[in-house]
Amino acid sequence: MHAAGNPAGTTTAPDRLRRKTSEPVWVRWLLTSVALVFLGLFLFVPLVAVFVNAFSEGAKTYWAAIRDPETLGAVKLTLLTAGIAVPLNILFGVAAAWAIAKFDFVGKNVLVTLIDLPFTVSPVISGVVFVLLFGAQGLFGPWLSEHDIRIIFAVPGIVLATVFVTFPFVARELIPLMEAQGKDDEEAALALGAGGWQTFLRITLPNIRWGLLYGVILCTARALGEFGAVSVVSGHVRGRTITMPLHVEILYNEYSFAAAFAVASLLALISVVTLALKKLAEWKVRMDLQRNELLLLNEEDARET
Amino acid sequence: MSIIVRNVTKTFGRFTALRDVDLDVESGELLALLGPSGSGKTTLLRIISGLETPDTGTVILHGEDATAMNPRDRRVGFVFQHYALFRHMTVFENVAFGLRVCPRKHRPSKQAIREKVFELLRLVQLDTFWGRYPAQLSGGQRQRVALARVLAVQPKVLLLDEPFGALDAKVRKELRRWLRRLHDEIHVTSVFVTHDQEEALEVADRVVITNEGRIEQVGTPEEVYNHPANPFVYNFLGDVNLFHGRVHNGQAFIVAPHETAPPSDVPEGAPEAQVFVRPHLLEIVTQPTGPNCIRARITHINPAGPFVKVELATEWGAHLQANVSQERYRELALQKDMHVFVIPREMRAFVNGTDSSPERL
Repeated sequence: MHAAGNPAGTTTAPDRLRRKTSEPVWVRWLLTSVALVFLGLFLFVPLVAVFVNAFSEGAKTYWAAIRDPETLGAVKLTLLTAGIAVPLNILFGVAAAWAIAKFDFVGKNVLVTLIDLPFTVSPVISGVVFVLLFGAQGLFGPWLSEHDIRIIFAVPGIVLATVFVTFPFVARELIPLMEAQGKDDEEAALALGAGGWQTFLRITLPNIRWGLLYGVILCTARALGEFGAVSVVSGHVRGRTITMPLHVEILYNEYSFAAAFAVASLLALISVVTLALKKLAEWKVRMDLQRNELLLLNEEDARET
Repeated sequence: MSIIVRNVTKTFGRFTALRDVDLDVESGELLALLGPSGSGKTTLLRIISGLETPDTGTVILHGEDATAMNPRDRRVGFVFQHYALFRHMTVFENVAFGLRVCPRKHRPSKQAIREKVFELLRLVQLDTFWGRYPAQLSGGQRQRVALARVLAVQPKVLLLDEPFGALDAKVRKELRRWLRRLHDEIHVTSVFVTHDQEEALEVADRVVITNEGRIEQVGTPEEVYNHPANPFVYNFLGDVNLFHGRVHNGQAFIVAPHETAPPSDVPEGAPEAQVFVRPHLLEIVTQPTGPNCIRARITHINPAGPFVKVELATEWGAHLQANVSQERYRELALQKDMHVFVIPREMRAFVNGTDSSPERL
């Protein structure tokens, strides 16, 4: 309830309480304004600018830019990359989180630290590492060229770089969730005669489904938008190794601003949809946690009454 | 013999949870594992269930060495302290779980599962709650669902970890009597863990008292209560007053710790003894009636409850508790700071930690 919404001007007890426990009005206004102006300048204005620039030469140019074969090729490659990287990272993330949260083993701490590595290393360096490993002069270069396998400056390199850069998302989301849930449920299932796979499908997966979705959304968003690492390994072969973010860069460097922004608007659109989905998943995760808490609360109630 | 545990040791890092434990559980009995927290009772239960592997030793279930057996093959039902109900499943689905994950060739038909689940839900008096989720149940109801869920797989052994630990006092009492009746009805060998001596003594056929990874005593509730094997058991099974004593001619004498001259008939150097008296066996009188009286001052009186709890301090600074009846309390007109005399009516003395049979003062 807002103080201004009180016509009689009388202060209710909660209002008085709030006055004592919160900052003066002008401080609140100032802080809120600063935050809003900042958000507007750095997030909202650029987002609008993308769309304004995309349509600056009319809807026709916009459609032409999007239906351009090279753009469509970039979209296809981006979707293919995400389509391979995300499922791989779901597999890896769930396996890693399962192992870390439910079992004790030697080297657990090392694994936990390693999962964070892609977040702490600059994407460009991740790309360079792959070039050093699989490039013509790289560690496995001679062997690969002997067997006529191309990784760097080809699609496999792009997929590898994307997998590397996006692999922490699912695992990071699931580890705390699974640790909080403990292993009682799994042990109960095991003692009731369920096998490991049955336990995973029927007990573990339903317990983590919303957290998993949240991780997958973030992972997908990053896989679609990754620039640095992909740029290094792609080699910019037109029509073959150009993803959407790279395509935007190329168009921009060629002074096709409207086209560049048109493709960028597609990426921006994906971000907005991602945000909405993320919000939904967050809400669901919270509901799950609340249900968990409710369970505990009821227990406490029962103990008290 | 239903469960045989031999020489089981289990350590977690530097903590030793169980030290060379032996235990026999007879078919059809209801056994309580009683001990303070950290005494290894839950670890022992988890080792019997197969959820934990012993470092050394063997577990034999129904004559078969089960030490290396997977929990799912042991036919053991385990009820968790916090029930571990599957929160995304209804009561019905929870109880049906064990039947639905059966290997296909042993799995009952849908109709048979349905009938079995409702039969069990009727047994635990929750058949009208079949469509609810665990979050919509009270603690006691959840406990009963957890019990129905393990009974569905027809376990040969039922293991319950602190089954009433998370419940309030009243529900707890109801539920433990209900468990006793249920056990009399279905007669499945059951072992439950508790740290509440009243619960263990009331419900169990036999009680196993554990302490620091060892078993201190095994016996019927009557045996362990009236014939405790050592000071720990005596101490753990109820409130006690501890006196220092000396043993002479097979008799224990209470002595004050810094008394310069012990009673003349206790020679210097007689073996020391720990002498215990239960609070309800400590009588309070206002006038000394003989040599057995100990002078004491009342420090606190709590008259709420079926008997009055009187706390006293002896002249040598020891604290005592005496439980007197409400009648006696009024009769003596006890008050704080009053000087009175206490007479131990029944004592138990342990010399060097072993029972030296109760002796009169």
